[in-house]
Amino acid sequence: MFGNLSDRLSDTFKNLRGKGRLSASDIDATLRDIRRALLEADVALEVVKDFIGAIRERALGDEVSKALNPAQQVVQIVNEELTQILGGESKQLRFAKSPPTVIMLAGLQGSGKTTLAGKLAKWLKEQNQTPLLVAADLQRPNAVTQLEVLGERTGVSVFAPEPGNGAGDPIEVAKKAIAHAKKAQFSVVIVDTAGRLGVDEEMMKQAIGIRDAVDPDEILFVVDSMLGQDAVNVAKAFKEGVGVTGVVLTKLDGDSRGGAALSVANVTGAPILFSSTGEGLDAFETFHPDRMAGRILDMGDVVSLIEQAQKSFDEEESKKLAEKILSDSFTLQDFLEQMQQLRKMGNMKSILGMMPGAGKMKQQLEDFDESEIGRTEAIIFSMTPVERNMPKVLNGSRRQRIAKGSGTTVTEVNQLVNRFEQAAKVMKTMSKGGMPNIPGTNPVQMGGSVGGGYIGGRKKDSKKKGSKSGNPAKRAAENKGLGYLATPETKPGSAFGLEK
Amino acid sequence: MFKFLKRLRGEQASAVQSQALEQEVAVETTLDNLAPDLTAREDSPVEPPKSTVSVQPILADQAAAETEGQDHKAPDQAARPIQLEAVELPKRSLGSGVRSLFGEAVNIDELEDILIMADFGVEVAEEITAQVKKDANKQGASSDAELRLLLKDLLTERLNREDSALNLDDGKLPYVFLVVGVNGAGKTTTIGKLARWLKDGDWEVVLGAADTYRAAAVDQLATWADRAESPIIRPAKEGADPAAVAYQTVEMAINTGADIAIIDTAGRLQSKKDLMDELGKIRRAVEKQAKISEVLLVIDATNGQNAMSQARAFTDVADVTGIVMTKLDGTAKGGILYALQKELDLPIKLVGVGEQINDFAFFSPEEFAKGLVAKK
Repeated sequence: MFGNLSDRLSDTFKNLRGKGRLSASDIDATLRDIRRALLEADVALEVVKDFIGAIRERALGDEVSKALNPAQQVVQIVNEELTQILGGESKQLRFAKSPPTVIMLAGLQGSGKTTLAGKLAKWLKEQNQTPLLVAADLQRPNAVTQLEVLGERTGVSVFAPEPGNGAGDPIEVAKKAIAHAKKAQFSVVIVDTAGRLGVDEEMMKQAIGIRDAVDPDEILFVVDSMLGQDAVNVAKAFKEGVGVTGVVLTKLDGDSRGGAALSVANVTGAPILFSSTGEGLDAFETFHPDRMAGRILDMGDVVSLIEQAQKSFDEEESKKLAEKILSDSFTLQDFLEQMQQLRKMGNMKSILGMMPGAGKMKQQLEDFDESEIGRTEAIIFSMTPVERNMPKVLNGSRRQRIAKGSGTTVTEVNQLVNRFEQAAKVMKTMSKGGMPNIPGTNPVQMGGSVGGGYIGGRKKDSKKKGSKSGNPAKRAAENKGLGYLATPETKPGSAFGLEK
Repeated sequence: MFKFLKRLRGEQASAVQSQALEQEVAVETTLDNLAPDLTAREDSPVEPPKSTVSVQPILADQAAAETEGQDHKAPDQAARPIQLEAVELPKRSLGSGVRSLFGEAVNIDELEDILIMADFGVEVAEEITAQVKKDANKQGASSDAELRLLLKDLLTERLNREDSALNLDDGKLPYVFLVVGVNGAGKTTTIGKLARWLKDGDWEVVLGAADTYRAAAVDQLATWADRAESPIIRPAKEGADPAAVAYQTVEMAINTGADIAIIDTAGRLQSKKDLMDELGKIRRAVEKQAKISEVLLVIDATNGQNAMSQARAFTDVADVTGIVMTKLDGTAKGGILYALQKELDLPIKLVGVGEQINDFAFFSPEEFAKGLVAKK
């Protein structure tokens, strides 16, 4: 099988290196790769065709031939166009001027509507809304019960006058629900409907009936991100049938590339509002088109990573760290603090998952043991201040003592010290302004890149388009040549114990 | 089309049984003669269904728990053999479940795109198109009908497999089916339909609700169990250990002398390592008491290339033995099943073609290919 797009493109680009200009055939070769990558990511063929056409036009234009690095420019264009189709900036849910705001959910069977209803209700509740869940899926066995359980878990009221399992009229339920919501002053009504196929005319009529009964402010089309080529037909059917004002992508926590997002956004013209990323009721977030673009192209999610890092990295501390690195006094103590800061950013798995090229390491990420960080901490805590500040003094007997004190083995202590030394080296390179170019020190670079993007004073640039590191695609492409994170032949996993 | 072995029940059973007791020796010789025919599944015209009877030894504790169809039960019959019969399941077909690939006359130059749009995948689409072109040239086929036939034959031939029957023919009762898949693929519905189907064929089925995770999943299966008139084992409480449910399900199947136990599992995305490991645990729990006859991976036909990744991951941890393609009645063509069979060597065994309890059939390459090339 083929690797991801970044890999394939970097292959193509290898041949282009040193070329000041791209010929039309160079561009076509690149576009062929992109086409294939998009198809393998399950973007619908007709969408791919349009898309490639648009890219070709731009790529043949001035902006590429004049660019310093034409190949990367192509990727940048692809990324921009992708983000564009996916909806540019993140969009917000529309609320009615006078409550209740009515949100109707529609989609295929098994796309995750009921689960999403629960998540949405919880999210709205956290925004100080008073949501009401309406059980209008009277088709699937026990969909009503499922919604009731979700209501219970989230502490949200559920309007379920009918037991379901084929009995009752969902249109009636929907009507009554609105009356009930007005009377009981709920601010948002979420109407869960039965899953239906786009070609099922009768069911589509029913959906229209429900829509007309509740006059929704948003009709959210719930889409399984694993959807294949059929996404186009389904999206068309729902758009023409019940109508779509917004899209929700579910099951994004899987390993699908989510090309369906592109197809659906393109066909419906409706913005993707939310993405659902797991089975927990909190696994729900506002959709970020730029991040999705990176995912479809498998270029990681550098922007998200930077944002998250910026949130949790204290600027002051980072400055201090930068100075230390420059003055060569980066110590194990700093290493520990840096790691603790990293941990503040959240679950290591999700952070690492955002890195470019991480597609390859998905399995390793899932295997990644968070407690590894705990062990590393224990080892450093078992050192004396002198040892932490001057790792050079760590001789055999000291190491033995540390191993004993931290309940680990000397080997583990040795590994940590090695990783630290590598990390220090990488950071030094980075802080001097260059990207690290040491293959095999991958997750160290992760620490490095997060801190480094900052330390190197490029923080402000990081969001600016066209800057060295701002654009995820471009940045990823740049990093690509540097064995970023997932050089296959080298073992990923030094500093934070990814190794298994 | 396929022949399976199940327990012989009812009057026939008792009749045969007394006969069997009288002529024990004779029947045993028959068994030796019959065995090869029965395992040959399909074409065994010599033995008409429902009349083939073989006898196998039975464990004492199994016999003690037997209730049905045993009119003259006596303690001294502890070593009574299970009587098996070879049966077919009631006929069900894909019907008009699969939609045609072609809205208009076949244009061979567009074939590749059309196959891609049917989720065959780029590589497969290229390969099939090249083959069709080659064959068309060789045979001088150019008309619409000829090309359709060419494609149909090609697909039928390549999709045909020897191992596409359900593993219900080794006579080691109870058969245990484990049903796995990602969230929303249609596992529970599949089990409901399969249970009803078997029930219609006079099989005794026990269902196990080992999806202890999703809200109301157990109730959903319970509703299907009702429709299929089959008993169900429920977890003691929400979030209970699915392996325990699986164990109890098999236990009940053994104790009640059921033919088959079908165990529902929670949907899990293949990228979730810990959840996938849980499947291994369920497997082990089942294998303490019985052999697992079939691990069915349920795949949503609307899924695209990700289905490959699903199949790979589930095969790794759960030893998938067959695939069920669901939701083929939509506009999705399920072309990915071609790659699933070819690349992963996993047979497609069943297909779901609607929400009704009977919208379910064995996968037939011929019917599938016919549907794909049909004239609208």
